[in-house]
Amino acid sequence: MSKLALLGVLSSAVFSGTSLLYATLGEIVGERAGIVNLGLEGVLLVSASTGFAVTSLTGNPYLGVLAGVIAGGLMNMILGYLVLNRKANQLASGLALMFFGFGLSALIGRGFVGAKIVGLPRLALPGSSGLPKLYASLLRFDLLIYLSVPVAVAIWWLLFRTRWGLGVRAVGESPDTAFASGRNPRLIRYQALWLGGALAGVGGSHLSIAYAMNWTEYMTAGLGFIAIALVIFAKWHPLYAVAGALLFSGAVAFQLLLQSSGIQVSPFLLSTIPYVLTLVVLIVWGGRRRVAAPASLGRVYQGAE
Amino acid sequence: MILLGIVLFGLILLISGNDPIQSYRDIFVSTLGSAYGLSEVLVAMTPLLLTALAVALPSRIGLINVGGEGQLYMGACLATWAALTFGALPGWLLLPIMVLLGMIGGAAWAWIPGELRARGIVSETISTLLLNPVAPMIVGFFVFGYWHSPMDTNKTPIFSASARLPTLFGTRISLGLILGLGLLAMFWFVMRSTRWGLEMRGLGWNHQAARLNGIPTRRYVVGVMCLAGAVAGLAGMVLVSGYYGVLLANFSRGIGFMGFLVSWLANGSPLGIVVTSFVVAIILTGGNLLQLTRDLPYSVINILLAMTLFVVLARPSFIRKRAEP
Repeated sequence: MSKLALLGVLSSAVFSGTSLLYATLGEIVGERAGIVNLGLEGVLLVSASTGFAVTSLTGNPYLGVLAGVIAGGLMNMILGYLVLNRKANQLASGLALMFFGFGLSALIGRGFVGAKIVGLPRLALPGSSGLPKLYASLLRFDLLIYLSVPVAVAIWWLLFRTRWGLGVRAVGESPDTAFASGRNPRLIRYQALWLGGALAGVGGSHLSIAYAMNWTEYMTAGLGFIAIALVIFAKWHPLYAVAGALLFSGAVAFQLLLQSSGIQVSPFLLSTIPYVLTLVVLIVWGGRRRVAAPASLGRVYQGAE
Repeated sequence: MILLGIVLFGLILLISGNDPIQSYRDIFVSTLGSAYGLSEVLVAMTPLLLTALAVALPSRIGLINVGGEGQLYMGACLATWAALTFGALPGWLLLPIMVLLGMIGGAAWAWIPGELRARGIVSETISTLLLNPVAPMIVGFFVFGYWHSPMDTNKTPIFSASARLPTLFGTRISLGLILGLGLLAMFWFVMRSTRWGLEMRGLGWNHQAARLNGIPTRRYVVGVMCLAGAVAGLAGMVLVSGYYGVLLANFSRGIGFMGFLVSWLANGSPLGIVVTSFVVAIILTGGNLLQLTRDLPYSVINILLAMTLFVVLARPSFIRKRAEP
């Protein structure tokens, strides 16, 4: 195994892990406010197709990302209306949102299958200019990748070090108590859902605009569900989510490594690693982990009217 | 209330440059307007009946099974193994083996969440959700690695005739429809008039009170999860044996999840499941047609499905008033 191949594998792992990290962060924000979004898969798809379509039409990938972010936020507003205003069941609403995303993204992306776009520009990693050209060419990442870890830290800061974040967590633990202490649970949940949708939108558009640079139906292929699994793995904590995303991209990289070194392990079995590992972690840490979940997660808040 | 969903989807069709009224007429005529169309709806409805039952049964004791999708894949996987290995056996022997293995596959997949829940380690919602994506990968592992036919990489050879569920009246409706309706009837009867049904209803109302009254809570949790998995596994077997005749990687397209929605919409009632599955099946069958005549991607029909669901989930006030006189 040459150093070059290793570097190539790592570089591609970083690319595949970025969408996942943004999606996971988005789900964490929503779940911290007490809302499970099982429709994350659909949100990712719609922002991926919207972002790709806008990039293809305008030729500007940053506008594409912006469109993806807005699309993600709007998708989550549908969920918000159903579970907050109409007090619908969260799991069923999320699944309905997922099916909606399947259909809407196919409709949006219909005219753009096979379209060519200019992807997000890749900037050289600072300090890599001294390396041989071939190495340096593998160390070029786009802006969203550089921003992913700072964004995770920012979300941590927002949730754990600001008044707004305290409100979000309070609403996630007990909306009644939060209401009694003068907060508006519905408003806070809407805000959290919007932020979560926007983050998922970044992830979705990174997938189509920067990583794959094309649009195909159902291109997320379960990414949303991996993200939902990672939220639990990360104990609803943004910084652990970075570790979770690294673990997943590590599994992907490991898979590529094995393949390139000629060891025959089915990629299908390797792809199960993140899920099985999450389940094993849940079993090993058992009861202690459940304490980490926001107490009102998935419950309908009847309101105090 | 479905009308509102239909109007919303019509708007989307209009925006995408299609005539909504003509599209709807096409869907209606092609599904309910002919015997063949109707039979196709019943074909699409068959697996939904089973995956919905796989959600309705555990919901009666307060368990949320979101894992129908994975259980379905595992059932299809084991049933296919039997079909490929014992393809030479006569149908009257092979089919029961496939049914049994399909149910075992689904039950085994649901046993894990059941056991974890009964021991109070992981909630069944989370574990069923986590196990869902694993099952299609296991299917992919076998199909791409071992079972694929010489011509394709992503599907098995066509099953021998004895491994196909018999079809009814010369249509594509398979015996699975009868199985599904029969199981739903059994579910209704067991819940209403047996001791098990009473104990399960007791569990659903109040776990602690049920336990104090001597109902074996743990055994019910594990048993009911396994049963639900078995039903979903049967859905997988019915799909590969009755509908496709081959095992295709990623064949389900979310039928397990749709079962969850059907059961939830029907509030877990057996008759409601039949009616709701029928409506959802009309929508799904219509999707094939839109793809053919309107040049829209098949998944666009998911919008109509979702719109209908949104409207039902949102329970507009005029529905609620009528529902609670």
